[in-house]
Amino acid sequence: MQGLELKLKERLQKLLDDGTVDCVIGWTKGEFIYDVTPAIFTKESGLDGFVYNSFCGANLSKYLVSQITSDKKFAVILKPCDTYSMNQLITEHRVNRENIYIIGVGCSGHIDIDKVKAQGVSGITNVIDNDNNIIINSIYGDSKIEKASVLLSKCQSCKGSELKISDEIIGEGIKTPTCDERFDGVKKLEAMTAEERFAFWKSELSKCIRCNACRNICPACTCRTCVFDNARSNVAAKANATEFEEKMFHIIRAFHVAGRCTDCGECSRVCPQSIPLHLLNRKFIKDINEFYGDYQAGEESNQRNPLVNFTESDIEATVISDKEGK
Amino acid sequence: MQEVKDFKPTIVAFCCNWCSYAGADLAGSSRLSYPADVKIIRVPCSGRVNPMFILKAFERGADGVIICGCHPGDCHYSTGNYYTRRRLALLYSMLDYMGIERGRTRVEWVSAAEGVKFSTVMNKFVEDIRALGECVKLGDIRCKD
Amino acid sequence: MLKIGVFVCWCGSNIAATVDVKQVVEAVKLQQGVVFATDYQYMCSEAGQLIMRNAIEEYKLDGVVICSCSPRMHEATFRKNAERAGLNPFMVEIANIREHCSWIHKDVEEGTIKAIALANAAIAKVKLNAPLISGESGVTKRALVIGGGIAGIQTALDIAEAGFQVDIVEKSPTIGGNMAKLDKTFPTLDCSACILTPKMVDAAANPNIELLTYSEVEKVSGFVGNFKATIRKKARYINTDLCTGCGDCMSKCPSKKGKNEFNCGLNNRPAIYIPFAQAIPNVAVIDPVQCIKITKDKCGLCQTVCSAKAIDYKQQDEIIEREYGAIVAATGYKPIKLDKFDEYGYSQSKDVITSLELERLMNAAGPTGGKLVKPSDGSHPHTITFIQCVGSRDISGRGKCYCSKICCMYTAKHAMLIRDKYPDVNVNVFYIDVRTPGKNYDEFYRRAVEEYNVNYIKGQVGKVYESDGHLVLQASDLLNNEQILVNSDMVVLATAIEADESAKKVASMLTASIDTNNFLTEAHAKLRPVESPTAGIFLSGVCQGPKDIPETVSQASACAAKVIGLLSKAKLVTNPCVAHSDELLCNGCSNCANVCPYGAIGYETKLINDHGIRENRRVAVVNPALCQGCGACTVACPSGAMDLFGFSNSQIMAEVEAICKK
Repeated sequence: MQGLELKLKERLQKLLDDGTVDCVIGWTKGEFIYDVTPAIFTKESGLDGFVYNSFCGANLSKYLVSQITSDKKFAVILKPCDTYSMNQLITEHRVNRENIYIIGVGCSGHIDIDKVKAQGVSGITNVIDNDNNIIINSIYGDSKIEKASVLLSKCQSCKGSELKISDEIIGEGIKTPTCDERFDGVKKLEAMTAEERFAFWKSELSKCIRCNACRNICPACTCRTCVFDNARSNVAAKANATEFEEKMFHIIRAFHVAGRCTDCGECSRVCPQSIPLHLLNRKFIKDINEFYGDYQAGEESNQRNPLVNFTESDIEATVISDKEGK
Repeated sequence: MQEVKDFKPTIVAFCCNWCSYAGADLAGSSRLSYPADVKIIRVPCSGRVNPMFILKAFERGADGVIICGCHPGDCHYSTGNYYTRRRLALLYSMLDYMGIERGRTRVEWVSAAEGVKFSTVMNKFVEDIRALGECVKLGDIRCKD
Repeated sequence: MLKIGVFVCWCGSNIAATVDVKQVVEAVKLQQGVVFATDYQYMCSEAGQLIMRNAIEEYKLDGVVICSCSPRMHEATFRKNAERAGLNPFMVEIANIREHCSWIHKDVEEGTIKAIALANAAIAKVKLNAPLISGESGVTKRALVIGGGIAGIQTALDIAEAGFQVDIVEKSPTIGGNMAKLDKTFPTLDCSACILTPKMVDAAANPNIELLTYSEVEKVSGFVGNFKATIRKKARYINTDLCTGCGDCMSKCPSKKGKNEFNCGLNNRPAIYIPFAQAIPNVAVIDPVQCIKITKDKCGLCQTVCSAKAIDYKQQDEIIEREYGAIVAATGYKPIKLDKFDEYGYSQSKDVITSLELERLMNAAGPTGGKLVKPSDGSHPHTITFIQCVGSRDISGRGKCYCSKICCMYTAKHAMLIRDKYPDVNVNVFYIDVRTPGKNYDEFYRRAVEEYNVNYIKGQVGKVYESDGHLVLQASDLLNNEQILVNSDMVVLATAIEADESAKKVASMLTASIDTNNFLTEAHAKLRPVESPTAGIFLSGVCQGPKDIPETVSQASACAAKVIGLLSKAKLVTNPCVAHSDELLCNGCSNCANVCPYGAIGYETKLINDHGIRENRRVAVVNPALCQGCGACTVACPSGAMDLFGFSNSQIMAEVEAICKK
């Protein structure tokens, strides 16, 4: 991870200089090392403040959606998991592939600063990522932590180190050691009784403050106007007035991205209330896999979303209503 | 608590114009009764039923929602009900996952010739909903009495 | 504020007996926007329609709700009436308080409450209706008839007679169908070939008819007035322009193992053959499975003997595309397979045959030259027994639940013909019922019994087996209430007929509905019996249900009349209840186009003015001429950009809300 920032910066500068691209979508430094923000760099602004470190976990592909009508060329830094979203956006004509230069970066997992802090570390001045462990410098001294224990939740079910689409690759990646099986969380819920599940979601979703962060970060939620913002849709609302609206918003959001969600995990990552929203999306993914065969959105571009597809021998819709048990 | 037999559920049935709505017409002209709790909304195809309509119905106090369409392979629009089948299998699975009683949602294929089936399906569905009682897990409290 | 009028129909006592119509009127008056409400005995009557028109004019109504029978019954009537009063026809909504309410409920209070709820839902919907204007589309003045049996031929002849072009696509090498195989026809006993072959010749000679034999329709797209069909002309390996039909090739062909389809497989034919003497077109065809030249590149004898130089072993299938305004399904029937009816011994004894096989055995052009002999040894039979309803009216699930309709009559015909030609032959007929409705039909049957002494036995046969060189039928005689054994030299099975195996594929290509027996469904069983529910698709002959020849021909002509009516129109009015996309909301994601069965959605890059921001965006564009209004796209669209006129998101939501209001 250490040399990557330098290599990237050098290469990006070259791409800007030789006119291959007009802009770069990357990250800019904040006050602390873990305080990084996605940013657009141009030829004029240069790469001042550019940063790439273990905290650059966000999926940058969505930032290209708003640039679809731009005539500028963009370089974008994508991790292996982000490339699934890129493929999906290409499939749905939400980005202009011709204007995008994809720099795929090797990845060994990104760090959740809250998990680091939770281990009792404070006054952090620097973090050195050695792929398997991390060294934390703080005003109180240095400490060494197992990297796996502070990975972002989404990295704990890493899709692998393969870049599904890129124009050039910088750095080598490793598949992060997965701590969870992808559907463990869903299975745990499925094993509960209906009453328990209801109670679980009631307590989780009642935390929702309808800040729309999940929707705004989601690379599948790219509607120009969301139905929940469209007064004519009959479901628009600025806040959850009732328990039902909490559910309605999240069910419909998950349903709208079903078959398109690449399981990038950004929704749960950004939720300020720590609602495990990925458990909704993963339920759809698990059902799609079980009902219609394994499907990974964004595996390649121009796949057919299983919700706009069918076979004559599909499982009957009564599969759920007729199910026995809890 | 109301007695179950006095409970008058609100049941919304979305019926496709070509098969199920005609099947309901046939049930009518054959005088095959089913409870008045069932109210039918005509849609051109079961594939026209947006999951939002279903959730909206529950929000507004429905106790059960049933979608009826042509049998797979017989869709007037060739393929509409195949998409319905996928969408609703997934949506209903999600509602189940959120702890909503499975019996409150249903999909049935009823052809224009199946007046008897239409009546049987509705009788059964109403019976199931009556057994489940009022839907308290969904529904907007503002829409209640 | 929209002004809505509500009209509650009594339908005599059909509605009024279980719904308190007065109470419905009072209830709907409380709904916002309802400025007028009334009830009337028969809203669909001219007097009822006048009440509606007067109210529209007097109260300047913007929308109308009729609480009456199913919209499938009278929606068109009331829409037309609104138009007469100057109201856009699509501002009318129907609350179905008859089929969905009064007819199924007995309790007046319950029925009334439900009727009010349904009326309120319709009121909520109509408030969101928008005036819609129907578009227009052209009509291709050419019809396609799929199937070249008597039904297809008759329909084509009638259409051609009216001056329109018709193509008959027939999958076998000749037109004529099953009727060409028949010997005599009931109830007049005239020879089938004598009445059919002139029609076949007429079809071939008519300048408006093009015969595409040995061809199959592979794909159909488009819509009423504007269909496009892809047709595969299978390779005949014969240049049909050169072939004179002399038959020299047939006599020289060394491969004679092909089953003669025309004779129901009772004898063999060469690999190169003309199906029968009067085949149209009267040209040869090579069976590529049997031909030694094609399978093994040996022989080539036919090419040597063909003086017309018509043989072309290299011929390939040809794909043609044609445009049509109307399509007629005339796919006909075939007898069912008897493998599930082993008790009749069809597979065990050669002397157990089907009725269609008997037709060939009695036909002068058949395998025996018309001499009735036992197929097993060629000897003269002394007793022949017919078994009716083999696979018809079958509730065991092995056969067909319906009555095949033609068997009673043709069995009487067979019995009579045999007794007439061979008075020494005893004829028995086992039957469940003898059904003879039809002009001169019962008289015909009675002649068989009274004049020709055919022995009719009411009862079913349980088993047919061979014993001492003849067949034994174990049966019950219901009238004498006894179990009997009947010896017979031959047994003829009145085999049920079923829709041809091509019917299902044709129906799905045409998006025409089909019933559980693979018979094509009519738009209305009584009032529109020759039309499919899919506009522009018509039904001719047995593909719609079992029929005899007179009925088939009448239906074929009725079907032609409907086609002519359609093709005579300069323009067609299109359904305005089509999908449309809101360009400002459209993401251009293609989900909608993926689910559209009609290819009605395309994408364009358009300059969009989004609240002052002008940019080129990829947006969905619906072709209203292709869109059939199913609405699948509206649900595939995540942003809600795609909506459907007449069944919009907000209209359906409004209905949901009205119904769920407690």
